[in-house]
Amino acid sequence: MSAGRDMYRQQILDHYKNPRNYGELDDPTFSHVGENPLCGDEIRVEVKLDEDDETIEYAAFTGDGCAISQASASMLTDELRGLTLKELAALDREDVTDLLGVDVSPMRVKCAVLSEKVAQDGAAIYEGEKEVDVTKTE
Amino acid sequence: MSTQASEPLDVERIRRDFPILGREVGAGDRLIYLDNAATSQTPDPVIDAVSEYYRGYNSNVHRGIHHLSEEASIAYEEAHDRLAEFVGASGGREELVFTKNTTEALNLVAHAWGLRELGPGDNVVMTEMEHHSSLVTWQQIAKRTGAEVRYVRVDGDGHLDTDHARELVDEDTEMVSTVHVSNVLGTMTPVAELAGLAHEHGSHIFVDGAQAVPHRPVDVEELGVDFYAFSGHKMCGPTGIGCLYGRADLLAAMEPFMYGGGMVRKVTFEETTWNDVPWKFEAGTPLIAEGIALAEAADYLEDVGLDSIDRHEHELTEYAMGRLEEFDDLEIYGPPRGEERTGVVSFNLENVHAHDLASIMNDHAVAIRPGDHCTQPLHDSMGITASARASFYLYNTKAEVDALIEAIDDARQLFA
Repeated sequence: MSAGRDMYRQQILDHYKNPRNYGELDDPTFSHVGENPLCGDEIRVEVKLDEDDETIEYAAFTGDGCAISQASASMLTDELRGLTLKELAALDREDVTDLLGVDVSPMRVKCAVLSEKVAQDGAAIYEGEKEVDVTKTE
Repeated sequence: MSTQASEPLDVERIRRDFPILGREVGAGDRLIYLDNAATSQTPDPVIDAVSEYYRGYNSNVHRGIHHLSEEASIAYEEAHDRLAEFVGASGGREELVFTKNTTEALNLVAHAWGLRELGPGDNVVMTEMEHHSSLVTWQQIAKRTGAEVRYVRVDGDGHLDTDHARELVDEDTEMVSTVHVSNVLGTMTPVAELAGLAHEHGSHIFVDGAQAVPHRPVDVEELGVDFYAFSGHKMCGPTGIGCLYGRADLLAAMEPFMYGGGMVRKVTFEETTWNDVPWKFEAGTPLIAEGIALAEAADYLEDVGLDSIDRHEHELTEYAMGRLEEFDDLEIYGPPRGEERTGVVSFNLENVHAHDLASIMNDHAVAIRPGDHCTQPLHDSMGITASARASFYLYNTKAEVDALIEAIDDARQLFA
């Protein structure tokens, strides 16, 4: 089925052209970077935790790449606010594609899930559960 | 230019030879295939050659006595002579080895020749527009042998800086390895000039002709090169088969690349002697159907006429570039219109990532390729991560170029 033009619904284009939560935080609790070699996408996700050291107060991102990767980072950082790290870890591919609200073509799923994987790896590194230099979606 | 004397192509007749061009994709639109630099489509005579082999005389080659093996062996061995002739190698099969593809041909020479000939103090000279197939191969062989790699600059318009080549090639240069045609910029490198330069310094030259052989007449002896490689699947042939041309004396003196059956003459528990070229370099059961079908592809292209194909692609490219220039927010890479270049046009639309562009074009049934096209260092030096590439072949039409332009315009409006 054609996923091309449909994949670029107004919502995605809006988030791509006017990304939410774009920029660096002054005081991130943790920060992590990832790449998607397919499109050359790069995303850094920064997260500030509440005093409980568990709940996400807010999140931001920087980076560049294709519309799918950038729009999903914009939407995801909105969504992360108020989630616990446990809830972040439980997010899966469908949660991201649901956020995007479109069928992402199989080749482009790695663009869509990049920011989610970066946020999850960032949290896992912060909690000492994982060692990752740069997250890659391939 | 010899192309002036060539006959125009009967594109409608040619298109009937390629069944895939009749298929629909996506929402039911007729496929517009502009990804020929990645792989070309396959005409009926080549598909039939594969089918006839499996239906009629499938068997192993070289060693069988029975009837089928004899037929297969003769067809397979003669295919080498046919491909040698196709690129102007007068030595026939003694100068033409079947490989999996251009990459394997490069690896063959880099391992069989490079590991023995290169050492500390030596250097290999490449260009900045090498495909990863040669760039990564020589880079890694150089690391293993202690040799140095050098890269000839490519200027902003995609021309090779031959003055820089003259600075880089010196008495310690053992190999000059260059693309014949850039798979991103469409640039033709001055191969004969580089061959002369290499030989003046007692060096050798390897040419990656993957983007040249399918599209224009190539004569390795006229070019004066030592090694020349190309892939079947970019010249209307099957996947999994490619060719390495090597000067007879060089191939004869080289050690094998891979070991196994078929490449040997005499084997004892202690020692082995090697078969003649090309079999010395074709260990194990080779790509029999593919090799025979590749010879059929060479026949097909010569019947159509490589001069005519070259001219047709040149006209399409000029037309496409002219239309692309209508967009003031689109940047085209490589030599400007009017200069000698091949049917490869890479570009970027402002504010639209190449992968987004390709996704939207796919919705218009237009197949192009986004990405770095296996030339990451070249893209880095151009300051971009990706580009969109349209590449033309003998069956493409101006109407298809128009569809490309419409699809680009749709993407522009969507992202505006």
